[in-house]
Amino acid sequence: MNKLKEIFGGDTRQFGMIFALVFLIVLFQVLTDGLTLDPGNVINIFQGNSYILVMAIGMVLVIIAGHIDLSVGSVAAFAGIVVAIAMRDWGIPWFVGILLGLVIGALVGAWQGFWVAFIGIPAFIVTLAGMLIFRGANQWVGKSNTVPVDESFQTIGAGYLPEVGPKTGYNNLTILIGLLLCAALIGGAVRNRRNQARIGADVGPASVMWIRLGLITVAILAVAMLMASGRRGTSLPISALILGALVLLYGFISTRTIIGRHVYAVGGNRHAAELSGVRSKRVNFLVMMNMSILASLAGMMFVARSNASGPFDGVGWELDAIAAVFIGGAAVTGGVGTVVGAVIGGLVMAVLNNGLQLLGVGADMTQIIKGLVLLAAVAFDVYNKSQGRRSITGLLTQNFGRRATQDTTETVKQES
Amino acid sequence: MVDAAPILEMTAITKTFPGVKALDNVTLTVRRGDVHAICGENGAGKSTLMKVLSGVHPHGTYDGTIRFNGADVTFNNIRDSEHAGIVIIHQELALIPELSIAENIFLGNEETKNGVIDWVRTNNRARELLARVGLVEDPETPIKNIGVGKQQLVEIAKALAKDVQLLILDEPTAALNEDDSRHLLDLIRGLQGKGITSIMISHKLNEIEAIADAITIIRDGQTVETLDVREGAVDEDRIIRGMVGRSLESRFPDHTPEIGEVMFEVKDWTVAHPQVPDRLVAKQSSFFVRRGEIVGFAGLMGSGRTELMRSIFGHSYGTWLGGEMTLNGKKVDLRNVPAAIDAGIGYLTEDRKSLGLNLLDDIKTTTVSAKLKKIAHNFVIDRRAEHSAADDYRKALRTKTPNVDYGVAKLSGGNQQKVVLAKWLFTDPDLLILDEPTRGIDVGAKFEIYGIIQRLANEGKGVIVVSSELPELLGLSDRIYTISEGRITGVLDKGHADQESLMRLMTKTSTTPTPKDAA
Repeated sequence: MNKLKEIFGGDTRQFGMIFALVFLIVLFQVLTDGLTLDPGNVINIFQGNSYILVMAIGMVLVIIAGHIDLSVGSVAAFAGIVVAIAMRDWGIPWFVGILLGLVIGALVGAWQGFWVAFIGIPAFIVTLAGMLIFRGANQWVGKSNTVPVDESFQTIGAGYLPEVGPKTGYNNLTILIGLLLCAALIGGAVRNRRNQARIGADVGPASVMWIRLGLITVAILAVAMLMASGRRGTSLPISALILGALVLLYGFISTRTIIGRHVYAVGGNRHAAELSGVRSKRVNFLVMMNMSILASLAGMMFVARSNASGPFDGVGWELDAIAAVFIGGAAVTGGVGTVVGAVIGGLVMAVLNNGLQLLGVGADMTQIIKGLVLLAAVAFDVYNKSQGRRSITGLLTQNFGRRATQDTTETVKQES
Repeated sequence: MVDAAPILEMTAITKTFPGVKALDNVTLTVRRGDVHAICGENGAGKSTLMKVLSGVHPHGTYDGTIRFNGADVTFNNIRDSEHAGIVIIHQELALIPELSIAENIFLGNEETKNGVIDWVRTNNRARELLARVGLVEDPETPIKNIGVGKQQLVEIAKALAKDVQLLILDEPTAALNEDDSRHLLDLIRGLQGKGITSIMISHKLNEIEAIADAITIIRDGQTVETLDVREGAVDEDRIIRGMVGRSLESRFPDHTPEIGEVMFEVKDWTVAHPQVPDRLVAKQSSFFVRRGEIVGFAGLMGSGRTELMRSIFGHSYGTWLGGEMTLNGKKVDLRNVPAAIDAGIGYLTEDRKSLGLNLLDDIKTTTVSAKLKKIAHNFVIDRRAEHSAADDYRKALRTKTPNVDYGVAKLSGGNQQKVVLAKWLFTDPDLLILDEPTRGIDVGAKFEIYGIIQRLANEGKGVIVVSSELPELLGLSDRIYTISEGRITGVLDKGHADQESLMRLMTKTSTTPTPKDAA
């Protein structure tokens, strides 16, 4: 049992969520007679949820800094309609359209960040206002019509990696990306371990690292194989590729850079951070602005996938993104959370949604179940805090942990 | 122990947390009617013992037995222990600022008639209880409008409302000034005359010496000894010897100051309160610090000492209205904290938990947090440099921790303070301002922090120490400024200062006399 905990525990705080995710996948795989892990379905899960997961990345930073953003759905819809109209009426190419969307996101974010950071209005209020303002702006700009986008733009939401190289029966690029990712992970882990050992940190047994890496590698390759072996013409979706790149980028920013540290510092104790030289207003401004940029990107991905921008795009997205972040172990009070956790939390919701759909469960029951899952995840989090632990991860590993502590207590007693 | 049956006997109490034995076979016997002091360094297990006694750690989570009033008791929560007549008053007061004194006194214990609060009775009984603790205030005054010293008295009144037999006070005078402390100790004495037994946890050994009838010393989760004051006087050095397991001949290490030229000077510094613009918290304050000098600042609570220091540290408090600052011969204008840190000024806050630490952080992230640039290349943090820097400071300051990945929330007060100190030392300050550097810290750690402060001065840095404890200032400083009502009222050299002369200057008021003047 201890071994198990070492393999999954250690530095992967997301173990609990990974465990839940694997459990759900296996459960639905059995219940749906293998439909869940059908290549088409796996691709569908990623394509149908990447935009929510992109927003969850921004949202986790907002929540770590101690705020919330309710406006993301409206901002996404607003950016989507402006880009769609600009491309239709001005004939601008798709990449200029994407750039335009990101600029709109930045402007909207600057507006909201200004009120939150420099005027000091709670983000809940500012973004509640933003939710109304930008929903209205979407419907005003688009005259409440649906505006189609052309095929070149659809790639970012509905496109796949192209077929290149020899005929192998698989999509070569997808397999290649899977292999590269595995190599990078293994290389990174080995290097990290060497560095840790050099500074004298406790690294734990090598076997644990290798088993862990082995499991992760198998999982990545399995997903890559699945996606590569689907219907001809389908492969790793471009939207999943965008998501993956953003996870790596923001994972790095949040854990390894000065600004990332400052986000955690402001969320953990704003006053202490300020007295340590952190410019908390700037941090809050950037976090809010970044959220709107990512929301715009998500909006464009959705427009691309559904071939058109409409007046009701993005309704309720904020709740999906926020739910993903909290299921992923972030704390309501700020200062706690991870990018990877938020994405895994989002995947849990996505798999749950998809599985229930495949089983033919109605939208009514699906919502009830999703609501209960969110409540349970945060309830565990709160319970854990009262027990002096930090997040849901604690609970799911606690059986191992508790047994381990009991063991040591007993030995102590025998010794004394 | 011969005269009467003890009111409380805790026998062989052992309490284990995962990986740590917080209490190991602790025994505590309290005589009826005594003031019983519990001494020990931070992390020695005093608070855990009181939590076991008051039911915060319920029966069954610890080993050992508790006998109260001659009968075995098993408390499952605080309500149980309060029902039996044991009331604990925590260091952080549990009062609700927006409610009135009377409402706070009867909170959770309301005076009701047919399920409806009887306000006449509530206020009358509150008035009675306030008289018993010697507090002259209208019971309908909101708590937020009275000072912390009076709030402490309200807490005691609240305990009296519950028919307390055994009153536990955790660091009751930590946040009080000398006057309020004296009043509180008198009150505890007075309650003793009315048959109420008290257990008092305190780091202020002079208070313990003055008031305790018996002293139990705890070290590393074990009872070291119980000293019976009735059998013979116990002096501070005796208590310290028990607490640290060694004798501290001189609490202030030897230090021969090598004082150089003036390195920091402030002239006519004037600051207004952030919310009340016409209230000045610093009035044309001027002072200087020389290289290698430890400069003390003495002032009562609310005198404006912290406000002045925080304003100097990048205008981080209040509204700056005027004044000049010279650092290393150059006029500087440091209008925000990053500028102050870059210029070589560090400020260690008096309020460690809410202003000094992010309790979610671990030791290494805290250590480097005030100067991340130092361990980053192109905004990317070098985790190896971070770890080794934190580890260097852990060794240099002798922070007691398994490793630098340990969460700061789990450290004892003294070790937390060392981590915060490390954070400021890491910024390579020329001038380090230490606001109450030893507040809430045990004797052993205090001694070590004094050593660190003197080492800094010996390295040629300027050090400012703000402290409420006059013996500490007298032992440590080369020169002491006094502050009263936002004004610097005097400066005394080491040789010329004593507690009385300082106190006189600290209570010197300019125009309107206040009741404090009596002191």
